[in-house]
Amino acid sequence: MTSSSTPASDAARQRPDRDVIIGVRDLVVGFGDKTIVKGLNLDVYRGEVLGVVGGSGQGKSVLTRTILGLTPARSGSVQVFGQNRDMLSPLERRALEQRWGVLFQNGALFSGLTVKQNIQMPMRETRDLSERLMDELALLKLELVGLSLDAADKFPSELSGGMVKRAALARALALDPELVFLDEPTSGLDPISAAEFDELIGTLQQTLGLTVFMVTHDLDSLYSICDRVAALAEGRVIAAGPLETLLASNHPWLKAYFHGVRGGRLTAARVEQKDEQWKPAPTTP
Amino acid sequence: MTVAAMQRPPKVARQSSAEGVRLALSGDWTLVASHRLEEEGRRIVEEARLDRMVAIDLSQVSQLDTAGAWLINRARHDLAGRDVAVTLKDVRPEYSTLLEETHYRDFVAPSRPRFNVIFVLLADFGESIVDALREFYRGVGFLGEFVSSMMYVAANPRRFRLTSLVAQIELVGFRSVPIIVLINILVGGIVAQQGIFQLLKFGASSYSVSLIGILVLRELGVLLTSIMIAGRSGSAITAELGSMKMREEIDALLVMGLSPIEVLIAPRVLGLVISLPILTFIADIAALFGGMVVSWWYGGISPAAFASLLKEAIALHTFLVGIIKAPFMALVIGLIASMDGLATQGSAESLGRQVTSSVVKSIFMVIVMDGLFAVFFAAIDY
Ligand SMILES: Nc1ncnc2c1ncn2[C@@H]1O[C@H](COP(=O)(O)OP(=O)(O)O)[C@@H](O)[C@H]1O
Ligand SMILES: [Mg+2]
Repeated sequence: MTSSSTPASDAARQRPDRDVIIGVRDLVVGFGDKTIVKGLNLDVYRGEVLGVVGGSGQGKSVLTRTILGLTPARSGSVQVFGQNRDMLSPLERRALEQRWGVLFQNGALFSGLTVKQNIQMPMRETRDLSERLMDELALLKLELVGLSLDAADKFPSELSGGMVKRAALARALALDPELVFLDEPTSGLDPISAAEFDELIGTLQQTLGLTVFMVTHDLDSLYSICDRVAALAEGRVIAAGPLETLLASNHPWLKAYFHGVRGGRLTAARVEQKDEQWKPAPTTP
Repeated sequence: MTVAAMQRPPKVARQSSAEGVRLALSGDWTLVASHRLEEEGRRIVEEARLDRMVAIDLSQVSQLDTAGAWLINRARHDLAGRDVAVTLKDVRPEYSTLLEETHYRDFVAPSRPRFNVIFVLLADFGESIVDALREFYRGVGFLGEFVSSMMYVAANPRRFRLTSLVAQIELVGFRSVPIIVLINILVGGIVAQQGIFQLLKFGASSYSVSLIGILVLRELGVLLTSIMIAGRSGSAITAELGSMKMREEIDALLVMGLSPIEVLIAPRVLGLVISLPILTFIADIAALFGGMVVSWWYGGISPAAFASLLKEAIALHTFLVGIIKAPFMALVIGLIASMDGLATQGSAESLGRQVTSSVVKSIFMVIVMDGLFAVFFAAIDY
């Protein structure tokens, strides 16, 4: 295979000095007699935004859920923060879970709580803080994700799709996690909201020093905020690396994805744009 | 290697020197420290509030998150309010964005109007009465809609959803048979035992058979069945329609030009109306059987004697009084369950509330209806 990534070579080709935050080795996950993930290897490094792409039903959500420990693996290992969940005591596992935040595909906001209470839920349950500080932090998070303060006392059913995603992101960030999982954060958003959301993730990533694991279908997100992209097909990572290497790949699915009707148009436009941006760069030291 | 072991608690140290007062912050200024973090945030203010000029030194801060940055900024703001000039020193570049993003701002808490407790209680009471009346009004409207859609179906029999109806009859009727048989055998037995035991004092224990016959056929069979169905099927209908409402499935029907009453509610309510009389009949037989077994075993009345005593005590109308009530009970249960299901709002909590209210209301209404029927049958001397 052209760019099939054994993790070691991938790491070496990338920046060898970087911490591996998530290490997935030979992972196999299946349901009944169906095997969805077939021996998958993947590394996520500290401080990067990794985009995971793949066709519908290729197991992106299953992979995410397996890393999160929601779906059991048949074999293989998943290490997060250098620890294997299965080896941890319940207490250590809970400590580990407080170091990540998750944005589910449909937000998964608690429908019986207001937005503010949703954001405060993790703080209330795991920390011992005054009401005043929790209120301030919740509203601060709300501002950080770009929601207006009058959304604070609304219930999830009163929010639009984009607001739900933002509120859910605010909840995912409640405990200032080091690692954030985003499952199709921009799906179901209009292009403008999606672009804003991408920008938001980029800003937050820089401000808070996050590592982001982002499942996405959105080519725009890949171009604008992902440092590296991993492509999932046939239950494996068929390619992982900076977007440019994936664009150059000969894998049929990748070619169809990036150079097909929709992808092609965007890719062409982006490459042009990049060239224009890049040309003057060497002249200014 | 546990996470707790790696934690360095946040600290504030005050150092006075020739250049002025320096507050050296150290450790992890993160939420992991919980209330410790808040206390240290307050200590910044306490340590420096009497000074003119203070430098906050962040060089020893090993970790900083939004909460830590916010507390530092809040302390700066509080100190500025006390005319203390504060400067930040040795801020690492990665912290400076965070400190900027979390600059202090007043979150105007949306003021909640406060009311007197008695005022609130009275208002709640009044509101609940108005709600009940409004609900009744809506119920009558709903019944009207249901009847008119049934008329429409009667005029266009091809619009009738037979498959759906049969499925409902299986779900509501057929699958309820075991539990209904079981509780009615038990209740029939209990009535028989009590009847025999109490009537024995007057030497009239054989009258217990007519007690069982009349009580079971006129009242208990239909009441127990209705209450059971209200709990079992009414709640299921409310939950099903409620979650369909939450996921906009009802709206999807509406925009297709279909009527939820015709598509969803008619088969369910009709299924109940057909099933409940049959279940009542089964319940009657089960309760009589339970009564017979206990009479035999406890009161020494043989099944043959039981049968002939029963025949003397009851007539066809005794049985009919019970059975006639069943379809009306079914209608009430079905309509309340559907109406409450459709009244569900977006949240899971609301769904739970609607299911509870549907069951409570339908059991209440079943008993009220039974009372009304008792008055009615007494008036016409049936
Ligand atoms: N709980 C489950 N039980 C059985 N099959 C599942 C389950 N969850 C996912 N699958 C199957 O796994 C495959 C991958 O699903 P998913 O990870 O959701 O795809 P996507 O890449 O679009 O997120 C699909 O074929 C789906 O049918
Ligand atoms: Mg998915």
